[in-house]
Amino acid sequence: MTHTLDITKDHCPMTFVKVKLGLSKIAQGDVLDVLLSEGEPLVNVPKAAKEQGHRILEIKNEGKNYHILIEKNN
Amino acid sequence: MENETKKLSIICFSGDFDKAVAAFTMATGAAAVNWEVNVFFTFWGLNILKKKQGRSIIGKGFLARFFNFLMGGSKNLPLSRLNFGGISPGLMTGMMKKRNVATLSELIEAAKQLKVKLIACEMAMHILGIQKSDLIDDVQEVIGVPTFLEYSKNGQVIFIS
Repeated sequence: MTHTLDITKDHCPMTFVKVKLGLSKIAQGDVLDVLLSEGEPLVNVPKAAKEQGHRILEIKNEGKNYHILIEKNN
Repeated sequence: MENETKKLSIICFSGDFDKAVAAFTMATGAAAVNWEVNVFFTFWGLNILKKKQGRSIIGKGFLARFFNFLMGGSKNLPLSRLNFGGISPGLMTGMMKKRNVATLSELIEAAKQLKVKLIACEMAMHILGIQKSDLIDDVQEVIGVPTFLEYSKNGQVIFIS
């Protein structure tokens, strides 16, 4: 199952907070599709997710923003 | 395999609105990227944790009650500069909302959800006559210096004055 999360309007630290809490609320194996802006979120959201043991399935560009598809695994 | 301990311990001495925002921004940001986080509240910082968010008479003894009433809780935290008699924190919260930056209450809520460890200073509570029951239930422990040192060992420490 895929869940979506738009953090393009958020700023540090809520960008990271929402992704972390979003991942904690979904089931193992589910995917969180995070829409975010370039810069700090684009660099650190995938990094933090990977460190927690989650898998980055895809990073795709959409205009000024990016979709990061994270598969929950921890 | 990385073996470094990612641990951040914040000593929140200040009860100023802007500094509380700084403390909770660091705490939630670090917790969100998988750091273990302790926040130790002492002196004015205890005001942030009071159950009664406005001005109320708590504590034991006349002076403690007097101080606690004047300081108030998380809704009365002054801005460290340009407080303008107490209207600035409200104005600042409005600006934060307008610009989609988390407000202090949102940051505190996030800290709870991220399981940031909130701890209170035994000695400061004793001076101000504050009981653990006067503080929000999310305060896990009331501790002294040795326990704080134990908790913060091998991590980074920030003092917010």
